[in-house]
Amino acid sequence: MSEILRVNPLRCDAQGLCAELFPEWISYDDWGYPIIRADAIPPHLREHACRAVSSCPRVALALVEQP
Amino acid sequence: MTRTVEALVAAPSGLPRLVADVSGTESLIAHTERLGVMPRVSSGRGRSVDLIGIVERSGLRGRGGSGFPTATKMHAVADGRGPRVVIANGSEGEPASAKDAWLLTSRPHLVLDGASLAAQAVNASEVVIALDRHDGRARATIARALEERRAARIDPVRIRGVDLPSRYVAGEESALVHWVNGGEAKPTFVPPRPFERGVRGRATLIQNVETLAHLALIARFGADWFRELGTITEPGTAIVTLGGAVARPGVCEIAIGTPLRDVLAAAGGPTEDIAAFLTGGYFGTWIRAETAWDLPLGHLELGRVGAAFGCGVVFALPTGACGLAETARVARYLAGESAGQCGPCAYGLPAIADALDSIVAGRQVKHMTGLIRRWTSQIAGRGACHLPDGAIRFVASALDTFAPELERHHSRGACASARRRGLLPLPDGDGREWGWR
Repeated sequence: MSEILRVNPLRCDAQGLCAELFPEWISYDDWGYPIIRADAIPPHLREHACRAVSSCPRVALALVEQP
Repeated sequence: MTRTVEALVAAPSGLPRLVADVSGTESLIAHTERLGVMPRVSSGRGRSVDLIGIVERSGLRGRGGSGFPTATKMHAVADGRGPRVVIANGSEGEPASAKDAWLLTSRPHLVLDGASLAAQAVNASEVVIALDRHDGRARATIARALEERRAARIDPVRIRGVDLPSRYVAGEESALVHWVNGGEAKPTFVPPRPFERGVRGRATLIQNVETLAHLALIARFGADWFRELGTITEPGTAIVTLGGAVARPGVCEIAIGTPLRDVLAAAGGPTEDIAAFLTGGYFGTWIRAETAWDLPLGHLELGRVGAAFGCGVVFALPTGACGLAETARVARYLAGESAGQCGPCAYGLPAIADALDSIVAGRQVKHMTGLIRRWTSQIAGRGACHLPDGAIRFVASALDTFAPELERHHSRGACASARRRGLLPLPDGDGREWGWR
């Protein structure tokens, strides 16, 4: 089972914590909104992904099973 | 064995199927004389007909823009639990398209037959016809047609019309459901998708009104008849809306797979030299004329060359006009149609529109072109709905198609046509309310 990070763009308002905490996977666009890599999170980075998810003040980020 | 009932009327052969010669609005009596009575899908007891199976064999795809197989959606809703709902989507938010309005005002009973049959096929007890609030003619025509049908007691389901706000994204499936449920006509984050939980939480089938009109004919004349026109992979006909430098602009029904050249010839041919075509509306793509003439129209054929068929808009841009100026106007309109919910769309589309204005004015052309390319790659796939993706596809295709014009704006500044009135149709602002409720 592989997991990906997914942002709910309706909730996200560019607080920017996720890209600070997980720069290996998340970068900013020119307006400060997160651009997230689409591929599966490798096991050794899962902890970082979870930290980014739990620190989002808008609860906009989620770790979801790859469809 | 694909007919649902003994057809009382001979199946029409060749074109047209939908865009028949009707003066004004076809009444229920005229409609029934032309096509026979609406077949029954199931009678409760006795024989019932597998209409979804017939639609599946017909190969019918949605005519609203995405080209999604109709039977797949019908299966998904039929497999759902509890009461189900059908929405006939006639909102036609695309300003360059006129086909849905034509069907609704000219052949309302063909659309309503299709909606009624689809409801019977997926076991829905309720049909909602979504109309554009500013299309008074369509609203009045559908209201009258529903009265005719109630008096004749032909629909086994309840059908009602609703008046959707006139916004580009209001007809997007999740936005439509959200509005019918009492919210704003803005897209929501999916899942759940409407076929899972839609109107009042019920499994909801959403089909474009042209798709339903085809379905009404398939139910009468069968899958094999439907496949007599069109291609193997994309059977049937489609209504296209022709605009720009063409002798007879307006709606025109074509067999899918017909080359653009023949479609234009059927509408009297071009009135000027053509520089480029826009296909697929404002979520679509520009193609230079020399490569476009022989392209067969359809989702699969145009998709193969990176172009879009969308809801069937074909616009012929004459050589005297500026494709960049046209694109800039439409990009500004699309930016204004953002629901403002998702950052990449709310900030990205206005920024792209500003950069296009700068290019049209001949200012910092290279720099702005680079910025647009950067932003289109950043924005892709990051909205809740497809407005940002559609808009950037349209803009990116303009940069590719009008590369010589870009060079000219870079070396010589603004062109003369930038100051002229635009050719691509946009909704006029007069007396319009821009709300979302």
